[in-house]
Amino acid sequence: MTTLVRRHIADHGQSTGVMIGVLLLILLGTLRYDNFASLYNLSSFLNYNAMFVLITMGMCLVIMTGGIDLSVGTVAALSSVTAAGFSAHGLEVALPVGVLTGLAAGALNAFMIVIMRIPPFIATLATLLAAKGTALVISDARTVPVDWASNFTQLGMNNVAGWLPWSMLLTVVVGIALWLLVEHRPLGRVMLAAGDNEDTANLMGLSSGWARTWAYVICGGCAGLAGVFLASGFGAGQPLEGLGWELTAIASVVVGGTLLTGGRGSIPASVAGALMLGLIFNLLNFENGLGTFNLSAYWQMVIRGAFLFIVILLQVKITRPLAGD
Amino acid sequence: MKITSSTASPAATPAPRLRVRLRHSGPLLALLLLIGFNALITPNFLSMQTLSVNITQVATIAIVAMGMTLVIATGGIDLSVGAVMALAGAIVPLIFLSSAGQDFPLIMTLIAIIAALGVATLCGLFNGMLVSRFGVQPIVATLILFISGRGLAQVLTNGNLQTFDNPMFEYLGAGRLLGAPIQGWLVMLIAAIAVFVVSRTRFGRYLLASGGNPRAAELAGVPVARVRMIAYTLCALLAGLAGMISVAINSASDAARNGQLMELDAIAAAVVGGALLQGGRAPFIGVIIGAAIIQLVRYTLLANGVPDEVALIVKAAIIVAAVYLQSLRGGH
Repeated sequence: MTTLVRRHIADHGQSTGVMIGVLLLILLGTLRYDNFASLYNLSSFLNYNAMFVLITMGMCLVIMTGGIDLSVGTVAALSSVTAAGFSAHGLEVALPVGVLTGLAAGALNAFMIVIMRIPPFIATLATLLAAKGTALVISDARTVPVDWASNFTQLGMNNVAGWLPWSMLLTVVVGIALWLLVEHRPLGRVMLAAGDNEDTANLMGLSSGWARTWAYVICGGCAGLAGVFLASGFGAGQPLEGLGWELTAIASVVVGGTLLTGGRGSIPASVAGALMLGLIFNLLNFENGLGTFNLSAYWQMVIRGAFLFIVILLQVKITRPLAGD
Repeated sequence: MKITSSTASPAATPAPRLRVRLRHSGPLLALLLLIGFNALITPNFLSMQTLSVNITQVATIAIVAMGMTLVIATGGIDLSVGAVMALAGAIVPLIFLSSAGQDFPLIMTLIAIIAALGVATLCGLFNGMLVSRFGVQPIVATLILFISGRGLAQVLTNGNLQTFDNPMFEYLGAGRLLGAPIQGWLVMLIAAIAVFVVSRTRFGRYLLASGGNPRAAELAGVPVARVRMIAYTLCALLAGLAGMISVAINSASDAARNGQLMELDAIAAAVVGGALLQGGRAPFIGVIIGAAIIQLVRYTLLANGVPDEVALIVKAAIIVAAVYLQSLRGGH
């Protein structure tokens, strides 16, 4: 009986735990800070974190297949530059251009990993460097201003019904699509099978190479869309942005309870992980506003690392006892 | 490198020794080609000044890359080296610029260096403990310090640039011995020790065994956990040393920039130099050559008016090509 309970906790405990954690943080914020539950904070929080939720979901797919994608941050930066460059033609052109940039980078990753059989860590590291270089070359190492006369900035600056940012709405749509893909489509199941044991998946006649290709391409597309949000929300293409995003995304996926070994993964739990990391920042900002103590931006990095440390220790404590049976 | 792979692969098995030699000479050939190319087209390339500029710049990459090689040999990876560099580089000036440091410059500089190396060692122990005792995957384990290490360095310095004038400490970055930069000698010393340890001592055999096949090594009585612990600790210690050198070169410590992206350079140098990410190999000389290739490519492009951004793309292509050729030669 206790083993069953433990196994359930090991399988679902962390995902549930993270979601409860998110709710507790929201409760804490609402009770402690006057303006936390305001529409302004809600919409700016959702708008800012739409980018991170997107790349986290893409990263989750890749990690499910047993891989890793280090290039998401600089690919998003590159896409922000290409999207900003086309912003004068309006959102209907600039958005596809940004997403296509990301998809192309994802396809490059997939080619190197699936066809050339280069380890994901190295292949996506190379794409990280190449995307950063390309972004700097085409932008002349300067931020690329967007065309304010077009409708491009609406995506990153306007809200639906006064509180829901367009960026987050789009992210939710992508998230539902990816969740359905993982839980209910054959391709999603093959991704999990490929991550669990690639040889077995191949012996069963599943096309694991194809599934991994899709994972990297979709991940690239998510990074591309995040880049469009970046350019649209900040009014400029940012070739120097995105450093460290990949690690934020990996951290969010890990906090959501997905192991880096592949074969398991949950889109909703990863999203909860991303929101939890975002909420901690948001709460720290409010705490600074109260003036009880003053934490610099540098402290926030330290706290973020410490938080990841605690989550990993909990993960070890929960899953370790099961290793024996 | 193309030539190497085609001469090494014919089915008429050449003596294994020869094949091993050819495999090792790939990076060296590439380096010689780069030097030859530069001698022909880059103005003033064959001068002592160019040589010492390049040695100065390659030394920090090489030192960190050798530590990274130890970790990669165990099948791991260390993302935190750049953050450890920033931390060590921030601590030294913090101590010798303090009021006690002004009163006793000599002793406090020594204490500062020891303290910085001590903190770097602690970082390594932290990484090693997570990986070997708690079984956390290396990428995740070292991600913690990658995120918070630089933040900690910035907290300590309030995010300020620390400039200083301390000839004794600056010797680490600007000093010369027999006409060559001091850090070049340091690289050779560390490499000599590393090669000796890996090829001649029990720890060296344990290191390669625990990366090649950890389960078999464990069953054969190799203390895999302790070996990993030592590898991560030495890696962080070397990163700390490199952090101090880069601060000494600039006579200034900027926690935001010191060691930024160094993890990528170090991994690239190790991979180009012949380290296998699966572990089981520790080719230190190759790794130094790998570091030199990465530095020289950047220098070549810059000296010929190609912007730094394009150098990034070239670096990416070199990494992919090196790993691809490696996998072709490996035969799997």
